[in-house]
Amino acid sequence: MADHSAPSSVTIAPPPAELEREPLVANQRSIGWLSDTVANVIEDKTPRWWWIAITISGLTSLWLPLGLIYLISTGVGVWGLNHPVAWGWAIVNFVWWIGIGHAGTLISAILFLLRQKWRTSINRAAEAMTIFAVMCAGIFPGIHVGRVWFDWWLFPIPNAHSIWPQFRSPLLWDVFAVSTYFTVSVLFWYMGLIPDLATMRDRFRKVAGKVAAPAARLRNKVAQIFYGLFSLGWTGSNRHWRNYEKAYLLLAGLSTPLVLSVHSIVSFDFAVSQLPGWHTTIFPPYFVAGAVFSGFAMVMTLMIPLRALYRGMDEIVTTRHLELMCKVTLTTGSIVGYAYGMEFFIAYYSGNPYELYAFKNRAFGDYYWSYWLMVSCNVVSPHLFWFKWCRTTPWFIWIVTIFVNIGMWMERFVIVVTSLHNDYMPGNWGYYSPTWVDVCTYIGTMGFFMTLFLLFCRFLPLIAIAEVKGVTPFADPHHPLGGAKQ
Amino acid sequence: MDSLDDYQIPYGLMAEFDTPADVLHAAEKVHAAGYTRWDTHTPFPIHGMDDAMGLKNSQVGWFTFIGGLCGFFGGMLMIWYMNSYDYGLPVGGKPNFSPFSSFPVAYEMTILLGAFGSLGGMLFLNRLPRLHHPLLKNLRFAEATHDKFYVVIEADDPKYEEEETRELLKKTGSRHIELVNE
Repeated sequence: MADHSAPSSVTIAPPPAELEREPLVANQRSIGWLSDTVANVIEDKTPRWWWIAITISGLTSLWLPLGLIYLISTGVGVWGLNHPVAWGWAIVNFVWWIGIGHAGTLISAILFLLRQKWRTSINRAAEAMTIFAVMCAGIFPGIHVGRVWFDWWLFPIPNAHSIWPQFRSPLLWDVFAVSTYFTVSVLFWYMGLIPDLATMRDRFRKVAGKVAAPAARLRNKVAQIFYGLFSLGWTGSNRHWRNYEKAYLLLAGLSTPLVLSVHSIVSFDFAVSQLPGWHTTIFPPYFVAGAVFSGFAMVMTLMIPLRALYRGMDEIVTTRHLELMCKVTLTTGSIVGYAYGMEFFIAYYSGNPYELYAFKNRAFGDYYWSYWLMVSCNVVSPHLFWFKWCRTTPWFIWIVTIFVNIGMWMERFVIVVTSLHNDYMPGNWGYYSPTWVDVCTYIGTMGFFMTLFLLFCRFLPLIAIAEVKGVTPFADPHHPLGGAKQ
Repeated sequence: MDSLDDYQIPYGLMAEFDTPADVLHAAEKVHAAGYTRWDTHTPFPIHGMDDAMGLKNSQVGWFTFIGGLCGFFGGMLMIWYMNSYDYGLPVGGKPNFSPFSSFPVAYEMTILLGAFGSLGGMLFLNRLPRLHHPLLKNLRFAEATHDKFYVVIEADDPKYEEEETRELLKKTGSRHIELVNE
């Protein structure tokens, strides 16, 4: 194994105090240490906490088929939906999950284009989170159509009467946006994985001769075949890296307009309608900011326990990384808070009594509790991150991120339900409550999400090894640690 | 002539280096010596290596561009065909086909096919996937994805002479040079 400390002959002049920056990987760790630390998560014995966690999440995920089978075998009447609130928890959950996904793409694509090198430590896990969140999101529109056996009408194929889908509907735009988003996220994630899967393949290959026990030999063989097949014969060739880096840049360039368009199109589902409270032009940017806000919160909800549980992980995902993520949360949280205020102002300034009523009703009507829960979680809690202590104390950040996750779910609830429950005609008014089936399905998706994420942590490199290596001074041929002549 | 090894065909000479600076300078020398069928293998892309090896800009962008173009016009054409040509769907007195209402879907299709073009183009240009590579049989080469750096000059390079090439690699400062067989 490689020497894990800098050679003693190397002296590095410290930068001037005002340019001093905390390094991206703490303690001058070498590139060999990086692959050892990340790969050990896969190679070591499964930790006990992992078994406990996957048991809980696995059992929770069983609630999902329970809710779905009951719904499909009985009918949509088992949900709380009725006249006038025909969009309820299913749509709230859909928008919430898809919003969570957005942070992964922001980290992998937009921060890459902006040359934010700190993204390398968190992008792999965040992209995995994106994919799993979009999978959870995709379940809801599929079952919300009511007659799930007609789901194929969403796809561009003619139905029994030779009629094609209607492409002027934002709901159909959404089908294309979400399925493109899922596909491109998977492609981007997989491409990033190729060099790291090759690292895993080579590690299992190196120790193959030393493994004696039959069970361990079988495990080694299976691992070699699995990582070997999916790393596609990667050899780290520079002729390959050249095309790889270009393709990575292009995928980042494609994912950036994609992620901005996906939540814009999700917001069109509402904004293109005529309903007061939905029919607003602020929706696309406001939805995108909210999505990034909730997504970053979820990234931290997942990463803070991981860096505590896996040895050495807190040197790769350092306090500086958490602080930077908190700053993004603060920024996007402020945009969301501004949007809340602006919505009210425009409702007043438009002079449209229905519009103004919809907003007054949000804050002081039957659902006042959801509105103020949303405001306290989304507008108040991120502003704690103005204080350095709050940005650098992991357990405290974790608590705030939970509030943000709740707040962003409430935001979608406020938008969907309060706008529908009291519309133009008082005779149409109603009060919506979910049933146990709504709750069961939602909790089931959380279990499904956590199960997938735990499996990802166990079997795939949860840090982008090659990318993190590339941002250390050891990788810089013009740095003394990279071997440059003094 | 009693062992299978005697019939082995050489694939090339592999030289190992410890730091990115060493492999970068070695690559400059190999390039200057006029070799064409050779490569460097590193755990991560090294800044400046393309110039050192004399490689031109990657061509992946063309695949992305053509994919994106097909996506956009394919999307527009699909909607026009489905909602206007094959089975007109009049809704609310709006035109059966309009580039404006079709734009979101065509936009997503641009990105979708552009992304497939990028990944597919990268794999095509790299001649991947491949199930076998002589270097992947070599145990020492497993460090290429860990923390070592390699220059490999292939035996079918027109300038390749085993002794001469080995001498050149020695001069670049490699401490381990090995002949790799097919």
